[in-house]
Formats: sequence, structure tokens, C-alpha cells
Amino acid sequence: MIQTLSRRWSLGGYLTVAVLLLPLAALIFQSLDPDQAVFDHLRQTVLADYVINTVLLILMVACGALALGLPAAWLVAMCRFPGQRVFQWALLLPLAMPAYIVAYVYTDLLDYAGPVQRALREFMGWSGPTDYLFPEIRSLGGAALMLALVLFPYVFMLVRTAFLEQASNLIQASRTLGCTPTQSFFRLSLPLARPAIVVGLSLVAMETLADFATVHYFAVNTLTTAVYDTWLGFGSMASAARLSTLMLLVIAVLMFAERFARARQERFQKAEGKSEDYAYELRGWRAWLATGYCSLLLGLSFVLPALILLDYAWHYFDPSALRHFGQYSWNSLLISTLVAVATVMIALGLQYLARISPRRWDRLPSQLAGFGYALPGTVLAIGVLIPLIAADFAINDLYQWLERPLPGLVLSGSLVALAFGYTVRFLAVALGAVENSFKRISPSLDMAAATMGQGPFGILRRVHFPLVRRGMLAAGLIVFIEAMKELPAALLLKPIGFETLATYVYQFVSDEMLELGALPALVIVLVGLVPVIFLNRSLEQAH
Amino acid sequence: MSKLQIQQLACQYQGKPILAGLDLMLQENEILALLGPSGCGKTTLLRAIAGLLPVTEGHIVLDGEILSSAQTLLPTEQRGIGVIFQDYALFPHLTVAENVAFGLRHWDKGEARARVAEMMALVKLDGLEDRYIHQLSGGQQQRVAIARALAYKPRLLLLDEPFSNIDSQVRGELMLEIRQILRSQGISAIFVTHAKEEAFAFADRMAILHDGKVAQAGPAEALYYRPANRFVADFLGGGNYLDATVASPNEVHTPLGAIQSASELRYPPKYEGTLLLRPQQLAIEPDNDGSGVVTERRFAGTYCDYEVKVGPVALSVRSGHTGLALGQRVAVAALPHALVLF
Repeated sequence: MIQTLSRRWSLGGYLTVAVLLLPLAALIFQSLDPDQAVFDHLRQTVLADYVINTVLLILMVACGALALGLPAAWLVAMCRFPGQRVFQWALLLPLAMPAYIVAYVYTDLLDYAGPVQRALREFMGWSGPTDYLFPEIRSLGGAALMLALVLFPYVFMLVRTAFLEQASNLIQASRTLGCTPTQSFFRLSLPLARPAIVVGLSLVAMETLADFATVHYFAVNTLTTAVYDTWLGFGSMASAARLSTLMLLVIAVLMFAERFARARQERFQKAEGKSEDYAYELRGWRAWLATGYCSLLLGLSFVLPALILLDYAWHYFDPSALRHFGQYSWNSLLISTLVAVATVMIALGLQYLARISPRRWDRLPSQLAGFGYALPGTVLAIGVLIPLIAADFAINDLYQWLERPLPGLVLSGSLVALAFGYTVRFLAVALGAVENSFKRISPSLDMAAATMGQGPFGILRRVHFPLVRRGMLAAGLIVFIEAMKELPAALLLKPIGFETLATYVYQFVSDEMLELGALPALVIVLVGLVPVIFLNRSLEQAH
Repeated sequence: MSKLQIQQLACQYQGKPILAGLDLMLQENEILALLGPSGCGKTTLLRAIAGLLPVTEGHIVLDGEILSSAQTLLPTEQRGIGVIFQDYALFPHLTVAENVAFGLRHWDKGEARARVAEMMALVKLDGLEDRYIHQLSGGQQQRVAIARALAYKPRLLLLDEPFSNIDSQVRGELMLEIRQILRSQGISAIFVTHAKEEAFAFADRMAILHDGKVAQAGPAEALYYRPANRFVADFLGGGNYLDATVASPNEVHTPLGAIQSASELRYPPKYEGTLLLRPQQLAIEPDNDGSGVVTERRFAGTYCDYEVKVGPVALSVRSGHTGLALGQRVAVAALPHALVLF
């Protein structure tokens, strides 16, 4: 801490966080707007369906992710079977697969004209759709299944860690007290892993709530698509804002559940008295069953969609359909780099302020600034647009008063909106990474530098910056990749005529032509693999 | 004039008062040990002197300049005070030489280089200039910390438990060596420790902290043999406490009988207090008609520590008679010295 730190540092921190909080404040403020004709119309007609769909979707995805992820987590953490070491990291791979791409691939496979139904008809001798019942993939249930397939790794990852950190002597104790392996699982391991399960499911639920592309593609109406349609269809900002605040309530509940469960998790996973790893050696049919289950899960969620994408890319390669590929890749690269640099710099400034300031309240900016990560992309986009459009009107009024030519939508209609939205959304990633790097620097280094004549800037430049550089690079890389993949916010915030790689791929999806856009889709998947590798490495280090 | 003056200092940490009404002086070229149990405020005082903590009352004056008071707080970086931290706080991204040169930013390049070389020679680390910190042993890191803190010629050196991370086998040697270095450089230093042996070996004078105040300050012998209160007496070593009544200016009555004092007592006759007798201030002789019985013995080479019971009173005695057996009856007497009475 630097006792004599100038108050200008604090002021800078508070100003930064005030700007970052603008979207949230605007949403709440705008939703209080008394002109609610469109919203009333929505409420009288479809709102109830949207809410029910959203809740059902969240519940179904949560159940699905649990059903898929929990057995896999237990098998990989507590058992030894062929391939177990590979599945430890391979089951994280689906996180790199955007749900809408999986949805497209399975629609192609499973709808009436797809190879599965065709083969069934041929084999059974059916002639038309009236001869048999086949579940419709383009439905609420289908969307839930697709989302569960790519989101189950959250449950897998957290619960696996929870199982690994349970002291092995506890399990041994339960065995000496007369439990069979099954009983010891249900009476000991599972209750101890419950907080981790809740954390995992809250993350799954938040991602589900934020998903736009999958449900939009399947024409399932949820609150997220409603926000999108109300703004782009009805042009009603107030209704979009009111729908968004409705979603904020759900998010608040989920975040509360997550925080609460995390606190309990810390108590349950002390990992004291952890001795040698204790694992069940699986043999014979049990081993084959375990390997088979994990392989099937990995195959359906990652390998099969990836192979089909590769196949599309190979068979439908058409340079004329991809003539914008280079331009849009460049766009994505540009905006993602910009956002990565901006978030890391802001995170460094806020965390440094929190570290060295003698005033307790100066820790607040770094704690508040990361809230954007919890907002679904569409909600955030609405929140970003409200203040920027207001600012644009003010600017144009000013120019009119000065009798100068009007500049137009210089903020809301330009890359500023996109860059600002991404920065708010991904700052949490950078904040967390920088905070972790800072934690590893002993506070006495700051004091030592101060005694040797360094002021606040000198300490940052000569001591902290060199020491957190690697952490900042990693943080920047992850923000970069997240920004490359981000879709819903980009759909609402991109300037007209500006496409990112993600909006470009989504265009192919909604035009039912992903075959032609398979190459950019593969690029998104490949880019998405990088943070999964990071994640896996940090999990490995923890053990 | 003294080098450092601290008067009526009060300090808070996270809202809790840690120091209150603390007075302390340091002379030029003096090494002072701040001694006290953990939580007594030693490190807080050190940080207040370095400007790493604000003070709520009183002031800290160095070379006649006010560093800290309730109104002013000279920034740490402008104080010219060197600090050796408990974990050394060496910069892991810099080499040894770069660490030592860290505080020499405003120096002329050639002078800085010469100063680093001089410091490396002083702490006997020549040849390790290009190593990184993690390539050094604990003792070597300690030396780098000393070199770095002395390189920019601080007005005062503060050492925060600098020997707590050093192997006990090499600690004594290293302490003597660093003391030598401080002496040769004519440095005034304050040294914080909770181990009295370190304070005895390292410091010219010591100040014992208790409850945010200086309980007593002075040379080690004075504090050991003439403690101002029971806390200081206890902290500096074991002792026997006997109920005593002052009989005359030179004599007290105790359960052991009358004991003479080599100097005049500070209390009037009839005063009832507690008499401190260090184990080595008692003498025992084997005597079958003696009043004491040996109930425990711990052999320690050149001497032996005994527990001796005299009636209901248990006494610790350190004696050169190493051969006394359990159950042996002994005569107990206090050796002549200036008595300490509370």
C-alpha cells in the first residue's frame, strides 16, 4: 500500500467503472420509461410463452448437462479404465464448439431428408412421414439437447475437480465403515460434490440464458430472442430494456446460487489429509462400458460435428462463396485485438489501484467492473445502445445548433459500440487473470521499491509490469478468443456492412448453407480450442 | 542530537489501535533491537517509520526533519530509509546486480556501477552479479537484501526479523557478519525480532515493546538484571518470584529468609512486593540439614538446571554442581547482588 497515493488515482478508477456501468444503469433507467405500448402488447400475447420456454429450456439443459457430465466426471476422477487419461482433457473439447454449429450439423443429420431418417425408411420399408414417429429436432427439446451437448463440460470439469479434491482417506474410511463403492458414492462423494454441481449448473444455466443463435435457428422463442426481435423488429428500445431487466432478475438468482455454492465448496474441498490417489481399477465389461460411455459422449459432442464440418469444408469448397472470408477474418482480428488490449490495460489499472490504495473503497472499482460477464450478449447490447444512441442524438443536436453538417451515428453506428460492448463483456476475464498474477507478488516488493525511491508509477512500471506481463498476455489471449467467438452482442452492435467471423458463420447457418461456410466455422472451433488448452493446463497444475 | 526521535506515537491498523503513546530514541551509529512478543506492534512501528503506515498521533523525526505526524506524511520514496524485509522482497525478474542497483536510478551510470561492485564485495557476493534470485541460497539472498538496502546510502536502516528464515546453524555467524558490515558503514539501524538471543547478539541497545508502548529501553545487561517490570523480566528469561517485605533499605524478608541487597532499595520499609531472583542468582550446596530438596534436574554440560522445593515454594536454580541427585537435600542462598523488587 502507498499511504500517500494521490486521490487522482481513485478518481480515475471510479470514472472508469462509471463508464463501464453505464449499460446496466441505462437498462434499468430505460425500463422505467412509462411508454410501454409494445411491452403491454407482448405481455398480452406471447410473453408468457417466452418465459415458460426460457424456464423449460434452462431446466432441460441443466438436467441434460448433469446427466451427461456427472457420470463422466465420476468415471474419469475415481476410476481407471482404458483411455481415462485422454478423457481427462478431451471431454473439455466440446466447450470450443459453438452450439449453433452443433445444432446445424445435427439438424442436417436428423431431419426428414437427412441420412439417418433416409436410412431408416429404406431399411424398414416406410414410404412417408406418416408411417413412423421420429422426434422433431427443431424443437425446444432439440435445442435443449444441443445446448446440453456443448455445455456439459462445465459440470464435468467442476465436479471432476471436486471428486479429485475429496480426501482419499475419507473414502477409505467409508469403506472400512462398511460401504460398498456404490454406497460410498451416494453417501459420501456425491453429497460432498454437491456445491460443485450447483456451481457447474449455474454456469450452464447462465450460458443457456445467454444463448441466442441455437434457439433462434430452431425458431424456439425465448427471452433472448424476444429482446432481439423487439429491438430489430418493433424498434422498441423501452420494451427490449424491460425484457432485459426481466432476464437480469434470473441472472441475479443464478449468480446468488453460484456464489453461495462456491462458499460451501471451499469448506467441502479443503483436501486436508489428502494422501495417495485412490481409484477403482475397472476390468472386463465394466471397463469397456466406461470407455464406451466417454467415447460416445465425446463423439457426439465434438468428434462427429467436427468431422462433418471437415467434410463440408472439403466437399463444398467454393472460393466464390468465401470471397469475404479474408476481409471478415481481418475485421474479427482487428476488433478482438483492440478489445484484448483495452481490457487488459483497464484490468491492470483497476487491480493496481485496488492493491496499492490505502483507501478501502478503492477496491470497489475492480470488484464492480467485471459484472458484464454475467449479462447475456443481447441484453448487454441493448444496454450499450441506449447511452450511445442518446449521446449520438446529443452530438447531432449540438452540430445542428452550430449549423454544421450532421455527423450521424458516430458512436452507436460505428465500431465504438462493438468495442465498448466487448470490453464490458470480457473485462471480467482480464480482471481475474491480472488479480491472480498480482496475488503472487509479495506486498513487500511494493514496499521495498517505495523505500528505494519509486513512486506509484515507478513501482507499476519497474516492478509489477515485468512480473505480471505473462499473466497479462494469457489474459489478453483469452479475451481475444472470446471476442472472436462472441455472436449475439455482435449481431446487435456491429455497424451496417461490418461482419465478424462469427456473424459471417451465423449468416451461413441461418441461410441453411453452413456447408459453404464450413471453413470459417472450423476456424472458430480451432480458435476456441486455445482457451480449452489453457483451462486444462491450469486444472493439471492444480493437481 | 539523536538520529531518530519518536514521541507519543499512536498508530492504527485496519481501525484497531496498535501503538499508543510510544516514545523511542536512536543515536547516530547505534543498532537498536525492537523486541517483543508477536502482535505487540514491532512491525507496525517499523512500517510507520518507513512511511508505509500513517500515524494518528505524535511524530517521527529523522535528522531534525519531521517524517510523520498526524498532519504530515512524507512519501516513503522520499524518506531515504532502507528496509530489509522478512522475506527479503528481492525482485525475481531482476538479476542480483540489477536488484542492488534498483535504488540508484538517479546516480551517474559509472558511479552506480562502482557502487554495485563495492556492495557486492562488501557482502562477499562478487561473481554472482548475473544470477537470478531463485538461484541463490537463503543466506545469499539475505546478503543481496543488505547490499540493496545499503547501496543508496540510506539515512537509517530498518530490519524486519531478517534472520527468521535462516538456518539456525549459520544464523549466528551471519548475524555477526552483518553487524560488522553495519558498523563499517556507520549505519544507524533498527532491528525487529521476537528472539531475545538475536537481540542480545546483534544490538547495542534494546527496546522492549508491550501493548503498543516501550516497556523499557536500554543496554541488554541493564534490562536483564534491572527490569522495570515483571513483563520485561519474564520476557528476557526465566526467574523466581518470591513474596518479599522490605525490612530496611538494604534487606528484604522472604520465605527463604532475609536477603541482603548490594544497593539501596527504591521502596520504603514495610513495602510488600515481589522479588525477582534469576536462576543463576541462587546458590545451592549439598547439605543434609538444608531446607531444600532437589525434585528435578536437567543436565546442560557445564551447568545443571534444578528444581528445588523449599517448603511450599518451588525454585529454579542454575548451578555449577552438576552431580546432585533427585531427592538430595540442599542449602539454598541468594548470591549477593542489587535486588530487583516490583
